Amino acid sequence: MPREAFKNNEYIDQLVEELNATGANVVVGKFDELINWGVANSLWPLCFGTSCCAIEFMSLGAARYDMARFGFEVARNSPRQADYIMVQGTIVHRMASVLRRLYEQLAEPKYVIACGGCAVSGGPFKNSYCVLPGVDKIIPVDVYVPGCPPRPEAMFYGLMQLQRKIKVQKFFGGVNRKEKIDQFFAQHPEQEGQIG
Amino acid sequence: MSDLKNNILKVYPDATFEEGDNLLLVVAEDKWLSVANDLKNKLGFDVLSALVGMDWKDSLGVIYYLTSTSHDWQVLAVKVLAQGDRDNAFIHSVSSLWKVANFQEREAYDLVGIKFIGHPDMRRFFLRNDWVGHPLRKDYDANPDLNPIRLTDEEHEDDTRSFQLDENGKVVEVPGKVFEADDYVVNIGPQHPSTHGVMRFRTAIDGEIVKKVDVVSGYIHRGIEKLCEGLTYPQTLHFTDRMDYMSAHQNRHCLCMCIEKALGIEVPRRAQVIRTMMDELMRISSHLLSFGCTAMDLGATTAFFYGFREREMVLDIFEKTCGARMSMNYNVIGGVIADIHPDFVKDVKEFVRIMPSRLKEYHTVFSGNIIAKNRLVGVGMLSKEDAINYDITGPSGRGSNWSCDCRKKHPYAAYDMVQFDEVLLDGCDSYSRYMVRMKEIEQSCRILEQLVDQIPEGDIRAQVPKMIKLPAGRWYQQVEASRGTFGVYIESTGEKNPYRVHFQSPCFNLVGVMDLTCKGNMIADLITIGAALDFVIPDIDR
Amino acid sequence: MFDFGKWTSAFNDWLLGVGMSDWLAVIIECVLIGVAVLGVYTVLALFYILYERKLCAWFQCRLGPMRVGPWGLLQVFADMFKILIKELISLKGTDRFLFKLAPYIVITSSVVMLACLPWGNGLQIIDWNIGIFFVLAVSSVGVLGILLAGWSSNNKYTLIGAMRSGAQMISYEISLGLAIMTIVLMCGSMNISDIVNGQADGWYIFKGHIPAFIAFLIYVIAATAETNRGPFDLPEAEHELTAGYHTEYSGIHFGFFYLAEYLNLFIVSGIATLMFLGGWMPLHVTGWDGFNNVMDLIPSPIWFVLKAFFISFVIIWFKWTFPRVRIDQLLAFEWKYLMPFALANMLLMTLCVAFGWHF
Repeated sequence: MPREAFKNNEYIDQLVEELNATGANVVVGKFDELINWGVANSLWPLCFGTSCCAIEFMSLGAARYDMARFGFEVARNSPRQADYIMVQGTIVHRMASVLRRLYEQLAEPKYVIACGGCAVSGGPFKNSYCVLPGVDKIIPVDVYVPGCPPRPEAMFYGLMQLQRKIKVQKFFGGVNRKEKIDQFFAQHPEQEGQIG
Repeated sequence: MSDLKNNILKVYPDATFEEGDNLLLVVAEDKWLSVANDLKNKLGFDVLSALVGMDWKDSLGVIYYLTSTSHDWQVLAVKVLAQGDRDNAFIHSVSSLWKVANFQEREAYDLVGIKFIGHPDMRRFFLRNDWVGHPLRKDYDANPDLNPIRLTDEEHEDDTRSFQLDENGKVVEVPGKVFEADDYVVNIGPQHPSTHGVMRFRTAIDGEIVKKVDVVSGYIHRGIEKLCEGLTYPQTLHFTDRMDYMSAHQNRHCLCMCIEKALGIEVPRRAQVIRTMMDELMRISSHLLSFGCTAMDLGATTAFFYGFREREMVLDIFEKTCGARMSMNYNVIGGVIADIHPDFVKDVKEFVRIMPSRLKEYHTVFSGNIIAKNRLVGVGMLSKEDAINYDITGPSGRGSNWSCDCRKKHPYAAYDMVQFDEVLLDGCDSYSRYMVRMKEIEQSCRILEQLVDQIPEGDIRAQVPKMIKLPAGRWYQQVEASRGTFGVYIESTGEKNPYRVHFQSPCFNLVGVMDLTCKGNMIADLITIGAALDFVIPDIDR
Repeated sequence: MFDFGKWTSAFNDWLLGVGMSDWLAVIIECVLIGVAVLGVYTVLALFYILYERKLCAWFQCRLGPMRVGPWGLLQVFADMFKILIKELISLKGTDRFLFKLAPYIVITSSVVMLACLPWGNGLQIIDWNIGIFFVLAVSSVGVLGILLAGWSSNNKYTLIGAMRSGAQMISYEISLGLAIMTIVLMCGSMNISDIVNGQADGWYIFKGHIPAFIAFLIYVIAATAETNRGPFDLPEAEHELTAGYHTEYSGIHFGFFYLAEYLNLFIVSGIATLMFLGGWMPLHVTGWDGFNNVMDLIPSPIWFVLKAFFISFVIIWFKWTFPRVRIDQLLAFEWKYLMPFALANMLLMTLCVAFGWHF
């Protein structure tokens, strides 16, 4: 997919601009590129489906959509070995602590995709007494994929957005994940240190 | 109905009745245990189909729906008002009579706050054990400060309690433990590849042998029943698609039928036939997914892809007519929302033509495989008596040779105009449950074949009032969803939104037999049994 | 066949010729060989990962990796870079030393086994009189790594996985050893080059007819179990134990397990090739001289590698066809059927050899 074909990328464009403004060492920059290419093309998902979106995610792995084409098919069941959580489905109060723990168990670099209306904002269950109004209340989210459930194509789009986002980050300095997580805690100070 | 009344009056002379779509018997709490015993043993009401915890503002209580398998699937509703004040409302537990009541009473305790006397394990079922309040009570305080998003683990998970009456008639709490002190407890779930969602089994094992399975549910409890109370009737419909997403059409069909019954709307024949066909397509799609997941859980990953290949064909048919692959939102009150796509008939015929050869392929790839047979045959035995007692309906019940198909027992929609067999197998094991599903695909194809050429012309939707208000009363409706009998209970006070909606989901009962069927088997069998029972977690938790 | 031994001895002579002392030449050669083995190891492991992913996609009516590089060839390199930079998580409550040691044990054992394989005519690193016995001995060291990994992680899943793995690998090693011994009986030597040279006039699977063929079947089954691959992938049974013994490993430590798993597949296929399919010997049909001459033109390492790939293909085919067996069925199969059968088969081979019934 050519770069121009992506729409609504202000966020990533802005990130690229920021990076270009500060500049980078040639060697470090090349290493960054190589590593980012590796990370972006080898995104192993954590099997984490709570409801309907999980079935569409299974369709994504099945023959018609075949996420193996992009190298996404090595779904790991252990969070230690996965690269990103795709939160598929509603997260309720009882699940919140589990999700947070899973996120913390992921090894860096780690990413989160909020997939489906429920994960983005609580969806149709937003007003419920025990539904989390969006997973970004407890973990930092990289890509939002709306839909109820999103079509597999939408999931692909979300995954490719994540790839693009990874390709512009810097492993050896500059914009990195640690900084972003610190930012997240700065926005949600009440959550810092709740889970060790 | 008068026969039934007389019979009841014989065993319980103080009985009072209320009329409705089912006969409703009102029983005083202090007599309830003995009346329940008589209803089960003398009058043959051997199935507890639904247990609805109610809050009538001035009193708490429970509505039980009992079904008699021996008397032509007669349904009886029983209303029991709780004794005691609101903080200590109690009703005697019937979990020893109908085993299915075990989890249902826990649900009622969790959501309505009725204490069941004599229930051995009175923990919350859906909500965290540090939750404050009972959400389905009308005076529930929804203040988020009372129940903030807690990111800490639940404590005292091993503690349970039961309630007893002391000699003064006061409720006393008796603490207990779920597991023994030296049990080796392995936590399977909530994030586990084979629990089919976020179900959690705390499993005590001895080597590889399972000693006890403690089902911890509620990791996807979204409070649908409470949400429904705040919405108008047409607005409540979309939740049903998201409960058991593999029975979206059937669930929604059921809710629509319940509302139509209350309003007295006659659904046009064309809509009935379309609904029936959609139900059967959904059933095929569900069983195909179930086939794939069973195979995958057993390690035969390739079979999963074969199942999904055909499922995509069904989804294409759905997509053309309903506009979505899942969460179709197709049935509406009075009919269906849109007419069928011009390709519908052609696509269905093509699908029905292809399916038998593909089924043969599945049997070659998976069902006939010696390893698969060794893994499935004789694993997770569930006798017919247990199936009835635990109200295991659907393919799992029919795998235990219990004839429980709603489409045959009370035909609805267009099921009275088609020929099909109710698949019954007497293996009582996982293999039978699995095979029932495969054979039901054939039967569903048969139904589709008969209906596809005779979709009558006419309206797809009946005239319904703009503002739908149900008259005061209560209604209960059942349909055969992909995984068993799905029931909807609506109680209305005449407003534009329901007073109480309860969904009786088949998977809720399925998960109740996990402990019974897994005990003595191996850890690997727990996965097999779960796969063959084929529960969908959002359907359990709702 | 071209003898690679000429090259290696010429190199040795050259090293000595430029005035190096013996020990220095040996050290230089060892280093070079070490580098070569590790290089081959990495390339093969990466190739195998892609090989399996492509094959599995093919069985499942999919395309498999195809977006990263032409035909997805660069997919595994992306995975490698990713896994190299992944965070190594150290956990509370684990035995740190053993936890970190375990992946190295596993990978070392498979590297040593790889070094024993005869790659071609004269291309062999260690060639001593107990060659095949040494390979079997080293292969049992790997299970130690798996047991340590499972135990030191302080996790119930890994512990169950490790226990399963221990029971499984120790059991199936017996059948594996017996199948190999059957051929050793026939050939009369444990020396790897003797075994290969003995097949110059016909592969053992043909020469030993019935008992050799049975031994081959037993070997393939036991080897599948030995490498923890489906339908015997219980130690890491994804759908039961999340990821089995390596649940708690991340980053390159997990990468070691992952690589070793794929390389062990090559190694057992290589041993099968060596024992039954003539090692690096080309395919000869008696009487077809023209055909035989053409076959001789293909270099010996290619013969060896292609045969090994073929056996791996069969083993991968197993994995993507069969459901997983249960632990009791697995052990019952070994102790009740496979091992007695292998013993009887060995007796049959003894008779064949004693009475000269083989070709």
